[in-house]
Amino acid sequence: MSDTPKIQMRGVHKAFGKKVVLNGIDLDVGVGESVVIIGGSGTGKSVTLKSILGLLTPDSGSIKIDGEDVIGMGTADRERVNQQVGMLFQGGALFDSLPVWENVAFGLLAQKRCTRHDAHDIAVEKLAMVGMDAAVADLMPSELSGGMQKRVGLARAIAADPKIIFFDEPTTGLDPIMADVINDLIVKVTRDVGATALSITHDMASARKIANRIAMLYEGKIIWQGPVEDIDNSGNAHVDQFIHGKADGPIQMAVRA
Amino acid sequence: MNPLQAIGRVFLAFLATTGRLMTFTGLGLSHAVRPPFYPRIVLRQMIDIGYYSLPVVGLTAVFAGMVLALQSYTGFSRFSAEGAIANVVVLSITRELGPVLAGLMVAGRIGASLAAEIGTMRVTEQIDALTTLSTNPMKYLVAPRIVAGLAMFPILVLIADIIGVFGGYLVAVYKLGFNPSNYLQNTWDFLTAEDVNSGLVKAAVFGFIVTLMGCYHGYNSKGGAQGVGRATTNAVVSACILILCSDYILTEMFFTK
Repeated sequence: MSDTPKIQMRGVHKAFGKKVVLNGIDLDVGVGESVVIIGGSGTGKSVTLKSILGLLTPDSGSIKIDGEDVIGMGTADRERVNQQVGMLFQGGALFDSLPVWENVAFGLLAQKRCTRHDAHDIAVEKLAMVGMDAAVADLMPSELSGGMQKRVGLARAIAADPKIIFFDEPTTGLDPIMADVINDLIVKVTRDVGATALSITHDMASARKIANRIAMLYEGKIIWQGPVEDIDNSGNAHVDQFIHGKADGPIQMAVRA
Repeated sequence: MNPLQAIGRVFLAFLATTGRLMTFTGLGLSHAVRPPFYPRIVLRQMIDIGYYSLPVVGLTAVFAGMVLALQSYTGFSRFSAEGAIANVVVLSITRELGPVLAGLMVAGRIGASLAAEIGTMRVTEQIDALTTLSTNPMKYLVAPRIVAGLAMFPILVLIADIIGVFGGYLVAVYKLGFNPSNYLQNTWDFLTAEDVNSGLVKAAVFGFIVTLMGCYHGYNSKGGAQGVGRATTNAVVSACILILCSDYILTEMFFTK
Protein backbone atom coordinates (compact mmCIF):
# COMPACT_ATOMS: atom_id res chain seq x y z
CA MET A 1 0.00 0.00 0.00
CA SER A 2 2.68 2.45 0.98
CA ASP A 3 4.38 2.21 -2.42
CA THR A 4 1.13 3.11 -4.21
CA PRO A 5 1.25 6.88 -4.58
CA LYS A 6 -1.83 8.76 -3.42
CA ILE A 7 -1.90 10.64 -6.70
CA GLN A 8 -0.13 9.47 -9.83
CA MET A 9 -0.10 11.39 -13.10
CA ARG A 10 1.40 9.90 -16.24
CA GLY A 11 1.76 11.63 -19.59
CA VAL A 12 -1.18 13.97 -19.00
CA HIS A 13 -1.90 16.18 -22.00
CA LYS A 14 -4.49 18.90 -22.31
CA ALA A 15 -4.96 21.45 -25.05
CA PHE A 16 -7.59 24.16 -25.48
CA GLY A 17 -8.02 24.50 -29.23
CA LYS A 18 -4.51 24.92 -30.58
CA LYS A 19 -3.05 26.06 -27.28
CA VAL A 20 -1.27 23.17 -25.57
CA VAL A 21 -1.42 23.71 -21.81
CA LEU A 22 -0.30 20.38 -20.38
CA ASN A 23 2.33 18.63 -22.45
CA GLY A 24 2.94 15.34 -20.69
CA ILE A 25 2.83 15.78 -16.92
CA ASP A 26 4.37 13.01 -14.80
CA LEU A 27 3.96 13.49 -11.09
CA ASP A 28 3.66 11.28 -8.02
CA VAL A 29 2.39 12.43 -4.66
CA GLY A 30 3.05 9.94 -1.87
CA VAL A 31 0.74 9.23 1.06
CA GLY A 32 1.02 11.97 3.69
CA GLU A 33 3.34 14.02 1.54
CA SER A 34 2.93 17.73 0.80
CA VAL A 35 3.88 18.60 -2.74
CA VAL A 36 3.86 22.13 -4.09
CA ILE A 37 3.77 22.84 -7.80
CA ILE A 38 5.39 26.16 -8.63
CA GLY A 39 5.37 27.94 -11.95
CA GLY A 40 4.51 31.21 -13.62
CA SER A 41 1.07 32.35 -14.61
CA GLY A 42 -0.39 30.42 -17.53
CA THR A 43 1.96 27.45 -17.20
CA GLY A 44 -0.91 25.07 -16.51
CA LYS A 45 -0.90 24.87 -12.72
CA SER A 46 -4.64 25.35 -12.36
CA VAL A 47 -5.36 23.03 -15.27
CA THR A 48 -3.27 20.33 -13.55
CA LEU A 49 -5.29 20.70 -10.37
CA LYS A 50 -8.63 20.77 -12.19
CA SER A 51 -7.68 17.66 -14.14
CA ILE A 52 -7.00 15.73 -10.94
CA LEU A 53 -10.27 16.95 -9.46
CA GLY A 54 -12.21 15.89 -12.55
CA LEU A 55 -13.34 19.42 -13.36
CA LEU A 56 -11.49 19.12 -16.67
CA THR A 57 -10.92 15.99 -18.71
CA PRO A 58 -7.37 15.60 -20.06
CA ASP A 59 -6.92 14.71 -23.73
CA SER A 60 -4.61 11.81 -22.96
CA GLY A 61 -2.56 10.24 -20.18
CA SER A 62 -3.64 8.74 -16.89
CA ILE A 63 -4.42 10.14 -13.46
CA LYS A 64 -4.73 7.68 -10.60
CA ILE A 65 -5.91 8.36 -7.07
CA ASP A 66 -5.09 5.44 -4.73
CA GLY A 67 -4.19 3.43 -7.83
CA GLU A 68 -7.65 3.94 -9.32
CA ASP A 69 -7.86 5.62 -12.71
CA VAL A 70 -10.12 8.64 -12.35
CA ILE A 71 -10.25 9.81 -15.98
CA GLY A 72 -13.55 9.02 -17.64
CA MET A 73 -15.00 7.84 -14.35
CA GLY A 74 -18.80 7.79 -13.97
CA THR A 75 -20.51 10.47 -11.90
CA ALA A 76 -21.24 8.15 -8.97
CA ASP A 77 -17.64 6.90 -8.76
CA ARG A 78 -16.33 10.42 -9.11
CA GLU A 79 -18.49 11.54 -6.20
CA ARG A 80 -17.15 8.65 -4.12
CA VAL A 81 -13.55 9.70 -4.90
CA ASN A 82 -14.34 13.37 -4.23
CA GLN A 83 -15.67 12.48 -0.79
CA GLN A 84 -12.09 12.00 0.35
CA VAL A 85 -10.93 15.21 -1.29
CA GLY A 86 -10.90 18.75 0.08
CA MET A 87 -10.11 21.83 -1.92
CA LEU A 88 -9.24 25.40 -1.01
CA PHE A 89 -10.07 27.64 -3.95
CA GLN A 90 -8.09 30.69 -4.87
CA GLY A 91 -10.90 33.16 -4.23
CA GLY A 92 -12.35 31.03 -1.43
CA ALA A 93 -15.38 30.17 -3.64
CA LEU A 94 -17.67 30.32 -0.62
CA PHE A 95 -21.38 29.99 -1.42
CA ASP A 96 -22.55 33.53 -0.88
CA SER A 97 -26.19 32.53 -0.45
CA LEU A 98 -25.40 30.42 2.61
CA PRO A 99 -24.17 31.45 6.07
CA VAL A 100 -20.61 30.56 7.07
CA TRP A 101 -21.55 27.49 9.11
CA GLU A 102 -23.54 26.00 6.25
CA ASN A 103 -20.60 26.61 3.94
CA VAL A 104 -18.26 24.78 6.28
CA ALA A 105 -20.62 21.85 6.82
CA PHE A 106 -21.75 21.72 3.17
CA GLY A 107 -19.83 18.57 2.28
CA LEU A 108 -20.97 16.75 5.42
CA LEU A 109 -24.60 17.67 4.76
CA ALA A 110 -24.28 16.65 1.11
CA GLN A 111 -22.89 13.27 2.13
CA LYS A 112 -25.59 13.01 4.83
CA ARG A 113 -22.92 12.40 7.44
CA CYS A 114 -24.68 14.62 9.93
CA THR A 115 -28.06 16.25 10.51
CA ARG A 116 -28.61 19.97 10.02
CA HIS A 117 -28.91 20.19 13.78
CA ASP A 118 -25.43 18.78 14.42
CA ALA A 119 -23.89 20.55 11.44
CA HIS A 120 -23.74 23.89 13.20
CA ASP A 121 -21.73 22.46 16.10
CA ILE A 122 -19.34 20.66 13.77
CA ALA A 123 -18.87 23.83 11.75
CA VAL A 124 -18.00 25.81 14.88
CA GLU A 125 -15.50 23.14 15.82
CA LYS A 126 -13.85 23.27 12.36
CA LEU A 127 -13.80 27.06 12.46
CA ALA A 128 -11.98 26.85 15.79
CA MET A 129 -9.34 24.68 14.09
CA VAL A 130 -8.56 27.58 11.75
CA GLY A 131 -8.61 30.03 14.64
CA MET A 132 -12.01 31.57 14.11
CA ASP A 133 -14.58 32.57 16.63
CA ALA A 134 -17.96 30.82 16.92
CA ALA A 135 -19.68 34.15 16.26
CA VAL A 136 -18.43 34.04 12.67
CA ALA A 137 -20.52 30.94 11.99
CA ASP A 138 -23.75 32.88 11.60
CA LEU A 139 -22.36 35.63 9.37
CA MET A 140 -22.69 35.63 5.60
CA PRO A 141 -19.48 35.22 3.56
CA SER A 142 -19.84 38.73 2.11
CA GLU A 143 -19.42 40.15 5.62
CA LEU A 144 -15.91 38.68 5.94
CA SER A 145 -12.54 40.07 4.86
CA GLY A 146 -10.46 38.27 2.24
CA GLY A 147 -8.24 36.60 4.83
CA MET A 148 -11.22 35.43 6.84
CA GLN A 149 -12.88 34.05 3.70
CA LYS A 150 -9.71 32.07 3.00
CA ARG A 151 -9.83 30.65 6.50
CA VAL A 152 -13.49 29.69 6.15
CA GLY A 153 -12.57 28.09 2.83
CA LEU A 154 -9.87 26.16 4.65
CA ALA A 155 -12.32 25.07 7.34
CA ARG A 156 -14.68 23.89 4.59
CA ALA A 157 -11.87 22.00 2.86
CA ILE A 158 -11.01 20.04 6.01
CA ALA A 159 -14.57 19.64 7.33
CA ALA A 160 -15.18 16.18 5.87
CA ASP A 161 -11.79 14.85 7.11
CA PRO A 162 -10.34 14.50 3.62
CA LYS A 163 -7.46 12.21 2.72
CA ILE A 164 -6.22 14.64 0.08
CA ILE A 165 -6.37 18.43 0.23
CA PHE A 166 -5.72 20.68 -2.74
CA PHE A 167 -4.65 24.28 -2.29
CA ASP A 168 -5.03 26.66 -5.20
CA GLU A 169 -2.80 29.70 -4.65
CA PRO A 170 -3.60 29.80 -0.93
CA THR A 171 -1.78 33.08 -0.24
CA THR A 172 -2.65 35.08 -3.35
CA GLY A 173 -4.27 38.40 -2.57
CA LEU A 174 -3.36 38.39 1.11
CA ASP A 175 -0.99 40.67 2.99
CA PRO A 176 2.33 39.03 3.98
CA ILE A 177 1.31 38.51 7.59
CA MET A 178 -2.06 36.97 6.78
CA ALA A 179 -0.31 34.89 4.11
CA ASP A 180 2.00 33.50 6.77
CA VAL A 181 -0.94 32.81 9.08
CA ILE A 182 -2.59 30.84 6.27
CA ASN A 183 0.66 28.95 5.59
CA ASP A 184 0.92 27.98 9.25
CA LEU A 185 -2.71 26.88 9.25
CA ILE A 186 -2.19 24.78 6.15
CA VAL A 187 0.77 23.00 7.74
CA LYS A 188 -1.15 22.52 10.97
CA VAL A 189 -4.45 21.30 9.57
CA THR A 190 -2.95 18.92 7.04
CA ARG A 191 -0.92 17.40 9.84
CA ASP A 192 -3.93 17.28 12.17
CA VAL A 193 -6.17 15.49 9.69
CA GLY A 194 -3.22 13.44 8.38
CA ALA A 195 -3.91 14.36 4.79
CA THR A 196 -1.84 14.32 1.63
CA ALA A 197 -1.53 17.83 0.23
CA LEU A 198 -1.02 19.13 -3.29
CA SER A 199 -0.72 22.88 -3.69
CA ILE A 200 -0.06 25.22 -6.55
CA THR A 201 1.44 28.62 -5.99
CA HIS A 202 3.87 31.19 -7.31
CA ASP A 203 4.59 32.48 -3.84
CA MET A 204 8.00 31.03 -2.94
CA ALA A 205 7.74 31.90 0.76
CA SER A 206 4.55 29.90 0.89
CA ALA A 207 6.02 27.02 -1.11
CA ARG A 208 9.05 26.75 1.18
CA LYS A 209 6.85 26.68 4.22
CA ILE A 210 4.22 24.13 3.26
CA ALA A 211 6.13 21.78 0.94
CA ASN A 212 7.96 18.53 1.57
CA ARG A 213 8.70 18.42 -2.11
CA ILE A 214 8.55 21.02 -4.86
CA ALA A 215 7.86 20.49 -8.54
CA MET A 216 8.39 23.19 -11.12
CA LEU A 217 5.98 23.41 -14.03
CA TYR A 218 7.15 25.09 -17.20
CA GLU A 219 5.58 24.96 -20.66
CA GLY A 220 3.24 22.16 -19.66
CA LYS A 221 5.90 19.87 -18.21
CA ILE A 222 7.47 19.20 -14.84
CA ILE A 223 11.02 20.38 -15.50
CA TRP A 224 12.39 19.82 -12.02
CA GLN A 225 11.25 18.20 -8.81
CA GLY A 226 12.95 17.49 -5.55
CA PRO A 227 12.88 17.96 -1.78
CA VAL A 228 12.29 21.50 -0.59
CA GLU A 229 15.83 21.63 0.87
CA ASP A 230 17.30 21.20 -2.61
CA ILE A 231 15.39 24.05 -4.21
CA ASP A 232 18.31 26.48 -3.83
CA ASN A 233 20.75 23.98 -5.38
CA SER A 234 18.55 22.64 -8.10
CA GLY A 235 21.14 23.15 -10.81
CA ASN A 236 18.29 24.14 -13.06
CA ALA A 237 18.49 27.60 -14.60
CA HIS A 238 14.68 27.86 -14.93
CA VAL A 239 14.14 27.06 -11.27
CA ASP A 240 16.85 29.49 -10.20
CA GLN A 241 15.32 32.27 -12.24
CA PHE A 242 11.86 31.58 -10.83
CA ILE A 243 12.75 31.35 -7.15
CA HIS A 244 14.81 34.51 -7.32
CA GLY A 245 12.19 36.28 -9.41
CA LYS A 246 14.53 37.62 -12.06
CA ALA A 247 13.32 39.00 -15.38
CA ASP A 248 16.49 37.82 -17.15
CA GLY A 249 17.01 34.13 -17.77
CA PRO A 250 15.79 31.19 -19.82
CA ILE A 251 12.13 31.87 -19.02
CA GLN A 252 10.93 34.57 -21.36
CA MET A 253 7.65 36.18 -20.43
CA ALA A 254 5.36 36.88 -23.32
CA VAL A 255 5.40 40.64 -22.94
CA ARG A 256 3.78 42.51 -25.76
CA ALA A 257 5.65 45.55 -26.95
CA MET B 1 -13.05 34.13 -47.75
CA ASN B 2 -15.27 31.61 -49.45
CA PRO B 3 -18.88 32.56 -48.64
CA LEU B 4 -19.87 28.90 -48.42
CA GLN B 5 -17.21 28.46 -45.75
CA ALA B 6 -18.73 31.28 -43.70
CA ILE B 7 -22.25 29.85 -44.02
CA GLY B 8 -20.96 26.41 -43.09
CA ARG B 9 -19.20 27.73 -40.04
CA VAL B 10 -22.30 29.52 -38.79
CA PHE B 11 -24.39 26.43 -39.43
CA LEU B 12 -21.97 24.18 -37.55
CA ALA B 13 -21.85 26.59 -34.63
CA PHE B 14 -25.65 26.57 -34.58
CA LEU B 15 -25.75 22.77 -34.53
CA ALA B 16 -23.12 22.64 -31.76
CA THR B 17 -25.09 25.09 -29.62
CA THR B 18 -28.33 23.18 -30.21
CA GLY B 19 -26.61 19.96 -29.22
CA ARG B 20 -25.14 21.49 -26.07
CA LEU B 21 -28.51 22.93 -25.12
CA MET B 22 -30.23 19.57 -25.68
CA THR B 23 -27.67 17.76 -23.54
CA PHE B 24 -28.06 20.39 -20.83
CA THR B 25 -31.86 20.09 -20.97
CA GLY B 26 -31.74 16.30 -20.79
CA LEU B 27 -29.32 16.36 -17.86
CA GLY B 28 -31.34 18.99 -16.02
CA LEU B 29 -34.60 17.08 -16.45
CA SER B 30 -33.10 13.72 -15.54
CA HIS B 31 -31.64 15.19 -12.36
CA ALA B 32 -35.00 16.71 -11.52
CA VAL B 33 -36.62 13.28 -11.24
CA ARG B 34 -33.77 11.38 -9.55
CA PRO B 35 -32.84 11.67 -5.86
CA PRO B 36 -31.33 13.31 -3.90
CA PHE B 37 -33.88 16.11 -4.06
CA TYR B 38 -33.43 19.54 -2.56
CA PRO B 39 -36.92 20.53 -1.35
CA ARG B 40 -35.60 23.54 0.57
CA ILE B 41 -34.05 25.01 -2.57
CA VAL B 42 -37.12 24.22 -4.67
CA LEU B 43 -39.29 26.00 -2.13
CA ARG B 44 -37.02 29.01 -2.01
CA GLN B 45 -36.99 29.25 -5.80
CA MET B 46 -40.77 28.91 -5.88
CA ILE B 47 -41.07 31.88 -3.57
CA ASP B 48 -38.58 33.84 -5.68
CA ILE B 49 -40.12 32.97 -9.02
CA GLY B 50 -43.75 32.87 -7.97
CA TYR B 51 -44.44 35.11 -5.03
CA TYR B 52 -42.01 37.92 -5.77
CA SER B 53 -43.12 38.08 -9.41
CA LEU B 54 -46.72 38.76 -8.39
CA PRO B 55 -46.47 42.59 -8.36
CA VAL B 56 -44.92 42.85 -11.80
CA VAL B 57 -47.22 40.22 -13.30
CA GLY B 58 -50.29 41.75 -11.63
CA LEU B 59 -49.51 45.24 -12.90
CA THR B 60 -48.87 43.94 -16.41
CA ALA B 61 -52.11 42.00 -16.40
CA VAL B 62 -54.33 44.78 -15.07
CA PHE B 63 -53.12 47.27 -17.67
CA ALA B 64 -53.28 44.71 -20.46
CA GLY B 65 -56.94 44.04 -19.55
CA MET B 66 -57.74 47.75 -19.33
CA VAL B 67 -56.14 48.59 -22.67
CA LEU B 68 -57.81 45.62 -24.28
CA ALA B 69 -61.25 46.79 -23.16
CA LEU B 70 -60.57 50.33 -24.32
CA GLN B 71 -59.15 49.37 -27.70
CA SER B 72 -61.79 46.81 -28.54
CA TYR B 73 -64.47 49.32 -27.61
CA THR B 74 -63.02 51.81 -30.11
CA GLY B 75 -62.97 49.17 -32.81
CA PHE B 76 -66.23 47.37 -32.07
CA SER B 77 -68.33 50.48 -31.56
CA ARG B 78 -67.80 51.26 -35.27
CA PHE B 79 -70.08 48.36 -36.13
CA SER B 80 -72.15 48.34 -32.95
CA ALA B 81 -70.61 45.19 -31.51
CA GLU B 82 -69.77 46.62 -28.09
CA GLY B 83 -71.42 43.61 -26.46
CA ALA B 84 -68.53 41.42 -27.56
CA ILE B 85 -65.98 43.34 -25.50
CA ALA B 86 -66.26 41.11 -22.43
CA ASN B 87 -65.83 38.13 -24.66
CA VAL B 88 -62.79 39.55 -26.43
CA VAL B 89 -61.12 40.55 -23.19
CA VAL B 90 -61.52 37.21 -21.47
CA LEU B 91 -60.48 35.13 -24.48
CA SER B 92 -57.46 37.29 -25.29
CA ILE B 93 -56.30 37.33 -21.72
CA THR B 94 -56.68 33.64 -20.93
CA ARG B 95 -55.53 32.27 -24.28
CA GLU B 96 -52.82 34.69 -25.20
CA LEU B 97 -51.94 37.82 -23.30
CA GLY B 98 -51.92 36.33 -19.81
CA PRO B 99 -49.30 33.67 -20.51
CA VAL B 100 -47.25 35.65 -23.04
CA LEU B 101 -47.05 38.94 -21.16
CA ALA B 102 -46.43 37.20 -17.84
CA GLY B 103 -43.85 34.99 -19.54
CA LEU B 104 -42.02 37.96 -21.05
CA MET B 105 -42.08 39.98 -17.84
CA VAL B 106 -40.85 37.08 -15.75
CA ALA B 107 -38.25 36.26 -18.40
CA GLY B 108 -36.81 39.70 -17.73
CA ARG B 109 -37.01 39.30 -14.00
CA ILE B 110 -36.13 35.67 -13.39
CA GLY B 111 -34.13 34.80 -16.50
CA ALA B 112 -31.76 37.65 -15.80
CA SER B 113 -31.37 36.96 -12.10
CA LEU B 114 -30.82 33.21 -12.63
CA ALA B 115 -28.19 33.84 -15.30
CA ALA B 116 -26.42 36.44 -13.17
CA GLU B 117 -26.49 34.30 -10.04
CA ILE B 118 -25.34 31.06 -11.65
CA GLY B 119 -22.91 32.93 -13.92
CA THR B 120 -21.28 34.58 -10.91
CA MET B 121 -21.08 31.20 -9.22
CA ARG B 122 -19.34 29.88 -12.33
CA VAL B 123 -16.72 32.63 -12.59
CA THR B 124 -15.98 32.64 -8.84
CA GLU B 125 -15.47 28.86 -8.94
CA GLN B 126 -18.45 28.17 -6.68
CA ILE B 127 -19.76 25.62 -9.19
CA ASP B 128 -16.38 23.84 -9.13
CA ALA B 129 -16.54 23.97 -5.35
CA LEU B 130 -19.92 22.20 -5.42
CA THR B 131 -18.39 19.35 -7.39
CA THR B 132 -15.51 18.96 -4.96
CA LEU B 133 -18.04 18.85 -2.11
CA SER B 134 -19.72 15.78 -3.68
CA THR B 135 -22.69 17.78 -4.89
CA ASN B 136 -23.76 17.67 -8.51
CA PRO B 137 -24.28 21.28 -9.65
CA MET B 138 -26.88 20.23 -12.22
CA LYS B 139 -28.89 18.63 -9.45
CA TYR B 140 -28.30 21.30 -6.85
CA LEU B 141 -28.56 24.44 -8.99
CA VAL B 142 -30.35 23.67 -12.25
CA ALA B 143 -32.98 21.01 -11.48
CA PRO B 144 -34.65 22.85 -8.54
CA ARG B 145 -34.96 26.04 -10.58
CA ILE B 146 -36.53 24.27 -13.55
CA VAL B 147 -38.97 22.46 -11.28
CA ALA B 148 -39.88 25.72 -9.57
CA GLY B 149 -40.41 27.43 -12.93
CA LEU B 150 -42.61 24.62 -14.23
CA ALA B 151 -44.70 24.68 -11.08
CA MET B 152 -45.05 28.41 -10.49
CA PHE B 153 -45.68 29.83 -13.97
CA PRO B 154 -49.16 28.29 -14.38
CA ILE B 155 -50.16 29.62 -10.96
CA LEU B 156 -48.83 33.06 -11.82
CA VAL B 157 -50.68 33.04 -15.11
CA LEU B 158 -53.92 31.94 -13.47
CA ILE B 159 -53.66 34.94 -11.17
CA ALA B 160 -52.75 37.16 -14.14
CA ASP B 161 -55.87 35.92 -15.96
CA ILE B 162 -58.12 36.92 -13.09
CA ILE B 163 -56.45 40.30 -12.65
CA GLY B 164 -56.49 40.95 -16.40
CA VAL B 165 -60.20 40.24 -16.70
CA PHE B 166 -60.78 42.47 -13.70
CA GLY B 167 -58.83 45.27 -15.43
CA GLY B 168 -61.09 44.96 -18.45
CA TYR B 169 -64.12 44.99 -16.16
CA LEU B 170 -62.96 48.19 -14.46
CA VAL B 171 -62.65 50.07 -17.75
CA ALA B 172 -65.85 48.64 -19.20
CA VAL B 173 -67.97 49.43 -16.15
CA TYR B 174 -66.50 52.67 -14.84
CA LYS B 175 -65.37 54.31 -18.06
CA LEU B 176 -67.50 52.87 -20.81
CA GLY B 177 -70.66 52.56 -18.73
CA PHE B 178 -71.42 48.86 -19.12
CA ASN B 179 -73.80 47.14 -16.76
CA PRO B 180 -71.60 45.23 -14.25
CA SER B 181 -73.69 42.08 -14.04
CA ASN B 182 -74.18 41.92 -17.81
CA TYR B 183 -70.47 42.31 -18.36
CA LEU B 184 -69.60 39.53 -15.93
CA GLN B 185 -72.31 37.32 -17.38
CA ASN B 186 -70.88 37.83 -20.87
CA THR B 187 -67.38 37.11 -19.59
CA TRP B 188 -68.44 33.88 -17.99
CA ASP B 189 -70.79 32.59 -20.70
CA PHE B 190 -68.24 32.40 -23.48
CA LEU B 191 -65.36 31.09 -21.46
CA THR B 192 -64.54 27.39 -21.83
CA ALA B 193 -62.21 25.31 -19.75
CA GLU B 194 -60.01 24.82 -22.78
CA ASP B 195 -59.35 28.54 -23.08
CA VAL B 196 -57.90 28.63 -19.60
CA ASN B 197 -56.18 25.26 -19.82
CA SER B 198 -54.39 26.05 -23.07
CA GLY B 199 -53.07 29.21 -21.43
CA LEU B 200 -51.84 27.27 -18.43
CA VAL B 201 -50.07 24.70 -20.60
CA LYS B 202 -48.39 27.59 -22.39
CA ALA B 203 -47.42 29.03 -19.02
CA ALA B 204 -45.74 25.79 -17.95
CA VAL B 205 -43.79 25.68 -21.20
CA PHE B 206 -42.74 29.33 -20.81
CA GLY B 207 -41.69 28.68 -17.22
CA PHE B 208 -39.53 25.85 -18.43
CA ILE B 209 -38.01 28.02 -21.16
CA VAL B 210 -37.25 30.96 -18.86
CA THR B 211 -35.59 28.91 -16.12
CA LEU B 212 -33.75 26.71 -18.61
CA MET B 213 -32.33 29.70 -20.50
CA GLY B 214 -31.33 31.45 -17.29
CA CYS B 215 -29.57 28.34 -15.99
CA TYR B 216 -27.98 27.38 -19.32
CA HIS B 217 -26.46 30.77 -20.06
CA GLY B 218 -25.35 31.29 -16.47
CA TYR B 219 -23.86 27.81 -16.23
CA ASN B 220 -21.83 28.27 -19.41
CA SER B 221 -20.71 31.83 -18.80
CA LYS B 222 -17.01 32.52 -18.75
CA GLY B 223 -14.63 35.41 -18.48
CA GLY B 224 -15.48 37.43 -15.38
CA ALA B 225 -17.96 40.27 -15.04
CA GLN B 226 -18.25 40.82 -18.79
CA GLY B 227 -19.06 37.15 -19.35
CA VAL B 228 -21.78 37.25 -16.70
CA GLY B 229 -23.23 40.37 -18.32
CA ARG B 230 -23.31 38.66 -21.70
CA ALA B 231 -24.89 35.55 -20.17
CA THR B 232 -27.63 37.68 -18.61
CA THR B 233 -28.43 39.41 -21.88
CA ASN B 234 -28.43 36.13 -23.80
CA ALA B 235 -30.67 34.48 -21.22
CA VAL B 236 -33.34 37.18 -21.47
CA VAL B 237 -33.19 37.60 -25.25
CA SER B 238 -33.23 33.89 -26.01
CA ALA B 239 -36.00 33.24 -23.48
CA CYS B 240 -38.18 35.98 -25.02
CA ILE B 241 -37.63 34.75 -28.57
CA LEU B 242 -38.29 31.14 -27.60
CA ILE B 243 -41.45 32.18 -25.75
CA LEU B 244 -42.83 33.93 -28.83
CA CYS B 245 -41.86 31.07 -31.17
CA SER B 246 -43.26 28.34 -28.95
CA ASP B 247 -46.37 30.44 -28.38
CA TYR B 248 -47.17 30.22 -32.07
CA ILE B 249 -46.48 26.51 -32.21
CA LEU B 250 -48.60 25.81 -29.13
CA THR B 251 -51.45 27.99 -30.38
CA GLU B 252 -51.47 26.14 -33.66
CA MET B 253 -51.50 22.82 -31.82
CA PHE B 254 -54.47 23.84 -29.67
CA PHE B 255 -56.26 25.54 -32.53
CA THR B 256 -56.07 22.78 -35.11
CA LYS B 257 -56.92 20.06 -32.63
